[in-house]
Amino acid sequence: MDFEWIKIPYALLTLFIVVNFGMLLGAFIQKIGARVGRRHGIPIWQNYADLIKNFGLRTSITHGVMFYLGPVFRLTGGIGLLLFVPTIYGSEMFSNLSFSGDLILALYFVFFGTLGMALGAGESGHPHAAIGISRGLSQVSMAELPFALAVFAVALQYQTLSVTDIVAAQQGGIANWTLFTNPVAVAAAMLGFLGSMMRPPFDVVIAPQEIPIGPPTEYHSSYLALMQTNRAIFPIAKIVIYMNLFFGGAASWPVFFLKVFLIYMVSVIVGVVFPRFRVEQSIRWFLVWAVPLGVLSIVLV
Amino acid sequence: MKPELLKRMVKGPDGVEFEVEPMRDYYCDAPPTVQHGAYIKIVEDFFNWARAESLWILGFGTGCGAIEMRPLMTPRFDAYRYGIQWRPTPRQANLLVISGYLSTKTLKRAIRAYEQMQSPKYVVGLGSCTINGGMYWDSYNTIKCLDQYMPVDLYITGCMPRPEALLAGFEDLKKLIRAGKAEGANQYAERFDWYKANQKQVIHDWDMPDYNW
Amino acid sequence: MHALYDRLKALFPLGELTEQRANLAFATLPVEYLRPALLHLRDQEGYTHLVLLTAVDWLEDGQENCQFQLTYLLNNRAENLDIGLRVMLPREGTTMASIHDLWPTAATYQRELREMFGIDFPDSPGVYEEFILEGWNDIPPYRRDFDTLKYANDSYAQRAGRETRDPETHMKEQLYPGKS
Repeated sequence: MDFEWIKIPYALLTLFIVVNFGMLLGAFIQKIGARVGRRHGIPIWQNYADLIKNFGLRTSITHGVMFYLGPVFRLTGGIGLLLFVPTIYGSEMFSNLSFSGDLILALYFVFFGTLGMALGAGESGHPHAAIGISRGLSQVSMAELPFALAVFAVALQYQTLSVTDIVAAQQGGIANWTLFTNPVAVAAAMLGFLGSMMRPPFDVVIAPQEIPIGPPTEYHSSYLALMQTNRAIFPIAKIVIYMNLFFGGAASWPVFFLKVFLIYMVSVIVGVVFPRFRVEQSIRWFLVWAVPLGVLSIVLV
Repeated sequence: MKPELLKRMVKGPDGVEFEVEPMRDYYCDAPPTVQHGAYIKIVEDFFNWARAESLWILGFGTGCGAIEMRPLMTPRFDAYRYGIQWRPTPRQANLLVISGYLSTKTLKRAIRAYEQMQSPKYVVGLGSCTINGGMYWDSYNTIKCLDQYMPVDLYITGCMPRPEALLAGFEDLKKLIRAGKAEGANQYAERFDWYKANQKQVIHDWDMPDYNW
Repeated sequence: MHALYDRLKALFPLGELTEQRANLAFATLPVEYLRPALLHLRDQEGYTHLVLLTAVDWLEDGQENCQFQLTYLLNNRAENLDIGLRVMLPREGTTMASIHDLWPTAATYQRELREMFGIDFPDSPGVYEEFILEGWNDIPPYRRDFDTLKYANDSYAQRAGRETRDPETHMKEQLYPGKS
């Protein structure tokens, strides 16, 4: 297979669109959350100001090599997840590096960032970071389980491990979406989705009022800016996977924006309605509600 | 000095003995240095705009004034729309609000929090207690003049100032930052010895290194 | 409260009863009867809660009976009654028996009293640890012979230009100039 160099600027363009969309969407979602609390909320450009501010800080402190690499790994997780799945179905420009086994790689990348974060936060030596990361890892692993089960169910259903093929199988009408052909798997995956979006009720890990802010306790200036960039990319990348697997993918950017927003809103609506779970409560919740659904979806297929 | 701060041998959970010296191990003794901004003026102005629009306050209340900070998060005052947010860790914060009277015991913690913040950083003194001691002017245990111990960019008068006054004060601070006049961190680095001497004069059990980054 | 006072009076040499409210009263008794009285109140009369333990410095009463007063305030939750037992102690070299074995919370009060008044409670756990003041280098600050203004002026830099006004006359002049 010969590599087409034109893919690199295409990939960068995808990344550029997604970063900006992620920043604006993040602020917009926060505004929606604020309106629920009858506040005005942050300005829509707030995330840009925060990002520039953090890049513009004049001093920064390191705690060692892994401390540098933590945010880098995290960002790699987000970008890798985004680039190895087709962002826009059927578009040569925005299919990026998708290949026939990309589903497995995507599953790995979902977890990659958290692992990198664990190494970096561990190096910072702050006890809050260590506690936060152990809580975060246990919760994310638990949320990942129903998602992985649902993904296997979908892969069995379509007899392929390529995201592009799965999207292709769902074309031709809304009734062909996995949402309707395999609702149990989608239900299990959406419950897992709630857990991995780091929004209430499953955001105890990074909540400022808890063990202060959890894993990123020691992170500041440029390190934090990298992680903020990832906070913009990662939810979008994750939603892209969900969109491709369960909601028919997107064939153009407007459809993409709309679908991503609507899928994001699922976790937002749940988040503003329900209070926060503690870690052991959320793990129990996933075990009782989400995992059996995932098992059931595999059995049904 | 407290026994847990002394240099001693410790046996780890894996049975290996090693030496710890808490005064050295977790801190840095290098004094702060003056940090200049970007060389190109327009870049520095751009950064200053971002700094002004993104004030991250350290969630650290020192006195009764802390109670006036909380309403700023509520729907009635909603400071978030001005780009003001609260961060729970000094590493990520760049605005330290000394909210009211500051006892010498708290001063010690405030200095450590301030020194752990990253430059450029700002200090706002809230209420008359930080200006001249306020109603605690003859107290045996509170400092009277905050700018003797850390560089203050802005004072907000009142006992207590209402949340509206705080919002107005933060808007004034933004103007200072945009004009490039809020260089408290550099002022602290330049007059480091003077600040340290003042701090040590009131903190009698100085059991930390001179600089804690 | 009077019924309780009469029952106690039969057992301990109590001073006269000072009634602040219908459900709050104070009585003084000699130091050696304090512990039995507290035990009696706690176990027999239902005063199970130690509300506070505090001290007053009666420096102005004159040299000969110049003393500290300790107040042990107890609460009867079921009947909503409070009784305060007072003991008088000499002001110099003050030592008092600890009651942390009756109420564990008393240890904290005793630690504070040692720091703020210099009253020693030898058996109380952690009583010699610093409580609020760190690195204090003068006589305990709540003793009445401690000059807090002088200490503040000596220790802390004061900002020049501080004025003190009477709030009433000042506000009159502000609001109705020329009329006062």
